[in-house]
Amino acid sequence: MSNLFNIDIVNPEQSFLSKDNVFEVVIPAVEGEIGILKDHIPIISFLKPGIIRVFSESEEQSFYVEDGIVEFKDNTLSVLTSSIFDLKNADKNFVSESISSAEAELSKDNIDDQKRFLLNHKVEVLKSISIN
Amino acid sequence: MPSLDDLRKRITSVKSTQKITKAMKMVAAAKLRKAQENAEKGRPYSEKMNNVILNLSKSITDKENAPKLLVGTGEEKVHLCIVLTADRGLCGGFNTNIIKKAKSYFEKIISENKTLKIITVGSKGYDQLKRQYKSYIVENISFKESKNINYFDADKVGKIIIEKFEKNEFDVCAIFYNKFKNVITQIPQEQQIVPLNEDKDVSGSDNDYEFEPDEDEILSNLLPKNISTQIFKAMLENSASEQGSRMTAMDNATRNAGELVDRLTIEYNRSRQAAITKELIEIISGAESL
Repeated sequence: MSNLFNIDIVNPEQSFLSKDNVFEVVIPAVEGEIGILKDHIPIISFLKPGIIRVFSESEEQSFYVEDGIVEFKDNTLSVLTSSIFDLKNADKNFVSESISSAEAELSKDNIDDQKRFLLNHKVEVLKSISIN
Repeated sequence: MPSLDDLRKRITSVKSTQKITKAMKMVAAAKLRKAQENAEKGRPYSEKMNNVILNLSKSITDKENAPKLLVGTGEEKVHLCIVLTADRGLCGGFNTNIIKKAKSYFEKIISENKTLKIITVGSKGYDQLKRQYKSYIVENISFKESKNINYFDADKVGKIIIEKFEKNEFDVCAIFYNKFKNVITQIPQEQQIVPLNEDKDVSGSDNDYEFEPDEDEILSNLLPKNISTQIFKAMLENSASEQGSRMTAMDNATRNAGELVDRLTIEYNRSRQAAITKELIEIISGAESL
């Protein structure tokens, strides 16, 4: 029996990625990374800034996402996100811009702890991208 | 009866108008294809979003404490209407149809003695509404600068709505836009986005979802996004409708101009022939009298 399932990543403008031969996807959910295999129970969660890793038979792909919602149901993983890009074509300028804007946001006083945590995390992830 | 010269001038003027309308039709046709593609590409997102929310709202048992964006404030006093129109004219009944739909809704609200607030998106809607409903318009947003419809713009509108909701400035929110059916038909739509209309089909899937974090938190995170998504969807539909409507209108205009040119040409030829005949008769009768 195959252990493959489907993944659909959509952003508001278009369908970003659609595959039917993945065996594992690791998503950066708010409460920690989740690895999803075939026949996972139905789950709904949302994402924090991080890297989605999609393992298919032939290749491994990584995408950076800022936010979004994931739903897993009937062996189909749907990821709804408004900002996503493939790590392979990461735009250096865009990454560094995002880092500086996130850092600027961090230096403000009026943000709550949760937001601070998310922003810190975002900076961390983006920095790790820019190093590679 | 107009002179020959006048007729000739009119024919040239109609012909050049025809050229313009023809060009506009072509441009609209090209843009329509793109807009249509975009609208189709954008559909999966809003559909999936709807699905997720539907599944979530089903699993919420404690209706009392559910997020207000979903169940409403419990009152229906202040209505906020978002009227989405185009920034440009010359597109047939496109803008007028939305406005008409919105106006009938406005009248209903006013006659029920409820408070009405209007946000117009797109300058044409503002132009048409400001005469009659100036005092109700709270905000006028226009995206003339951005060439393509993007999610970022929709998000801006969404954020304004949520901000107003959090300040308790309205209880019910509805958006007005044209749904693209095909090139000839666009249907003006009225859609309530706050509170979300409970969908009729309760059947659906009865999957037991695992939620992380809990339902409430996901919902309160998701609902604002859904508003932006709905607005984005409306904007996409609207832009496809606008181009379709413009294409049909310009096609009609081109055809009408063609008919007009034909008629004027016949009139021109007739009066030219009449002038020639008259001259001939004058010459002949002059020769006869000699």
